[in-house]
Amino acid sequence: MHSLVDDIVVKQHVGTLEYTPKDFKAGIDVRWCAGCGGYSILAQTQRVVATLGIPREKLAFISGIGCSSRFPYYMNVYGVHSMHGRALPIASGLKTARPDLSIWVATGDGDCMSIGGNHLIHACRRNINLNVMMFNNEVYSLTKGQYSPTSQPGQITKSSPLGVLDNPFNPAALVLGSGASFVARTIDGDGKHMQYLMERAAKHNGFSFIEIYTNCPIFNDGAFDFFAQKSLRSDKTIVLEHGKPMIFGTNNDKGIKLDGFTPTVVSLSDGSNSADDLLVHNEKDTTLAFILANMTYHHELPRPMGIFQAIDIKTYEDATTAQIEHYTSLPDAYDYDKLLRGEDCWEIE
Amino acid sequence: MSKQIQKLEEVTIRFAGDSGDGMQLTGSQFSNTSGAFGNDVNTFPDYPSEIRAPEGTLYGVSAYQVHFGSKPVSTPGNQIDILIAMNASSLKVNLAALKKNGIIIANTAGFGDKNLKLAKYESNPLTDDSLKSFQLFAIDINTMVSEILKETKLSPKNIDRTKNLFALGLMYWLFGLPLDTTEKWLKTKFKKKQDILDANLAVLKAGHAYGEIREDFAIRYEVSSAKLKKGTYRNITGNEAAAIGLVVAAKKANLPLFLGSYPITPATEILHFISGYKKYGVKHLQGEDEIAGICSAIGASFGGNLAATTTSGPGLSLKVEAMGLAVILELPLVIINVQRGGPSTGLPTKPEQSDLLMAMFGRHGEAPMPILAADSASDCFDMTFEAARIALKYMTPVIMLSDGYLAQGTNPWRVTKLEDLPDISVNFATDPETFQPYKRDPETLARMWAIPGIEGLEHRIGGLEKEDVTGLVSMEAKNHEKMVKLRAEKVERIANDIPEATIDGPEEGDILVLGWGSTRGAIEEAIEKVRSEGNVISYCHLKYLNPFPRNLEKILSSFKRIIVPELNNGQLSWMIQAKFLIKVHGLNKIQGTPMNAHEVENKLNELLNQ
Repeated sequence: MHSLVDDIVVKQHVGTLEYTPKDFKAGIDVRWCAGCGGYSILAQTQRVVATLGIPREKLAFISGIGCSSRFPYYMNVYGVHSMHGRALPIASGLKTARPDLSIWVATGDGDCMSIGGNHLIHACRRNINLNVMMFNNEVYSLTKGQYSPTSQPGQITKSSPLGVLDNPFNPAALVLGSGASFVARTIDGDGKHMQYLMERAAKHNGFSFIEIYTNCPIFNDGAFDFFAQKSLRSDKTIVLEHGKPMIFGTNNDKGIKLDGFTPTVVSLSDGSNSADDLLVHNEKDTTLAFILANMTYHHELPRPMGIFQAIDIKTYEDATTAQIEHYTSLPDAYDYDKLLRGEDCWEIE
Repeated sequence: MSKQIQKLEEVTIRFAGDSGDGMQLTGSQFSNTSGAFGNDVNTFPDYPSEIRAPEGTLYGVSAYQVHFGSKPVSTPGNQIDILIAMNASSLKVNLAALKKNGIIIANTAGFGDKNLKLAKYESNPLTDDSLKSFQLFAIDINTMVSEILKETKLSPKNIDRTKNLFALGLMYWLFGLPLDTTEKWLKTKFKKKQDILDANLAVLKAGHAYGEIREDFAIRYEVSSAKLKKGTYRNITGNEAAAIGLVVAAKKANLPLFLGSYPITPATEILHFISGYKKYGVKHLQGEDEIAGICSAIGASFGGNLAATTTSGPGLSLKVEAMGLAVILELPLVIINVQRGGPSTGLPTKPEQSDLLMAMFGRHGEAPMPILAADSASDCFDMTFEAARIALKYMTPVIMLSDGYLAQGTNPWRVTKLEDLPDISVNFATDPETFQPYKRDPETLARMWAIPGIEGLEHRIGGLEKEDVTGLVSMEAKNHEKMVKLRAEKVERIANDIPEATIDGPEEGDILVLGWGSTRGAIEEAIEKVRSEGNVISYCHLKYLNPFPRNLEKILSSFKRIIVPELNNGQLSWMIQAKFLIKVHGLNKIQGTPMNAHEVENKLNELLNQ
């Protein structure tokens, strides 16, 4: 159906599409704490969206509540800063109504996985084409330091002064299990990698989930240092690359091999194994994605970073559009008087 | 032998049986036939909250009441003239509502030992003389239909399922109504099942013929057609009317329609209807919960759709935070709340008007919202359309209150044509030069609707308080107070844009009945009765609960006594007393059933005799 919305948004973009990151700065002060990982995420986002060839007016950033959720105010595009946990359903409604938009969600571990957990799993399942950036700092920061659904057992926070008792979510495994078609992980300090993932997410037609380890210098400083600080990173993390054997280590001297379904670390320097013996990453392999996601909290194994899974499945909004296209092509489409009359009407003379 | 024909002005029939006996279908077919014949009709389904309650039990009784007449009928009827009881439990549950000397058509096959025990009858009421003050017609319908269909290859279960059509055919005979409406319906429904279609048609005709043959049916009745205005009519439930109202409002606003909803009784059918309207280009999302329902609608509204969410009491409780967000975002949104008995799960299938104060105040912070209420099933169309108009013009969420009676009851609706409905105007921002997110129209105080996709209008809105005009986040003290008052004033000004309340009867005097919502039919019927006895009563029915019509205070101050009938513990009474400092008399019924004209009549007589 042609509507007023088509009339007003269909107009050709007249300005340049050659953007610079500066074009996406909203011109107000960014109010995150000094040292917050959010600054890097904002900078990478502004760099990436400038290169996508998407008119600025077609971008919308939706958020809930939390430090991460201030994000839309800092982006010079359309945005809604909504309610705690509700960014995903708002974004889902917007995308279903307006498939022409590129919609991004900025959220945190508490917003997305605790109060918004139900919305997260269902947004994954529907495979709505949204780009979700989950700032995972493993703590509630805006409420000043309580434990979150990704806080680690034993972690000391304001609401767990004697140590966290619950087990954390493994975000990648959770969203894979919920049917997300694009699942990836990166860390605030690795700008180039983050940009790559954002670009891939933007181009993926389906629900994209990027978990971004985000340092909170105030309430959980250094939470990721044990695997991510510069001196340890190459030994304690592994970057997943499609079609490549899973090699890691300072001297590229270690690899991941499957023992049954269990990933194990093998040496490439002692002559027992070569690169040909290693597991080869495949973004399309949905079983492998689970195996890799389950490496997350395993202290013997490097922490996987990169794209766990990128598969093409039909999106909710495309399915909606297809259904509408089919039914509106039938002879009685848009017969509003028929709708008003119903099936069993009668005449009074 | 030709039978005597007696003319009646109005009749109330109640079809009652087990939840699996097809009573809802039988009742709705009768009302369609009666409507097509030209009667005025009002119906009310009454069914258990269990889907298939154990067979034969008292709590498993499902009933459908049809009130039809040659004069206007505006309620489902006070007392029953004819009770069709397909089993012992359905007789027991409904007998109290049957008029003295009323007719009982009882299916004797439903009065076996097991049925009697389940209905807690010591002896069989059909044979123990306990029904002698009624006209009892006992028929073994099961044996009848087995006999009629013995040549067919249908299973005993499928044969048993036709028995409701026997009862329906008999009722058509009793009132001289044609079979064609139901025949046509059966032919469509069983288009692909010829054997079942043939069986149903045969049984329907047999029920009709049975009346002619059976000698003790000495009298047939005739209810002439009502003097209805010329036009095309249909029976419609409040839920279907609301669904169509949304689709047509979107068309008249030239906007796409989006519904975000979650199943909940008794509002679910709106979601059912809308989800089937793809040929009108309608989009919907069945959320994972009530919150996702309203939030997805807010997202669609931000994107420039006419967006709606539909729910009932417990669901409204879950939506309140998002309703507050819609208030501060100042985005259009239609919220349809089909009220049911509460609190908590309460009486899920039964009507009540107990969400009025929640609609009015059930949000944190100062978050006023317009409230409308439909007063008949078909009025759900008009008020939904009106809710959309106000939401779009004033950039605000609007609540439309229906209830379980309006949602599932029916009345004949004189169908409107699309071209006869007014266009709905929308105020989209398109000019980057002058655009400010919270700049307001000086008359309506509405901001403009700036949707993504328009170059130069990029802006951010959110739940944080925002600066007047610019919409930038602001924690400034005076600005917050100003914004709270602006949002309130915007809602108040809607009073200038809605009809004044009207009075039926003298414009001043002793007694004014002030009603709202689904009680209208009962109040009208009661007032007609009391007036026919020589009393003077005035009547005002509210469709706008917030803001109230601008002349309401003047109306209220013109009467000595004001009586407010409502299906709650005094919520409109509370609002009237709080706002106008006027004492009112409440007539409060909280029994999970619609208001009954007798109850209003008794209250009026009580006041008149004081």
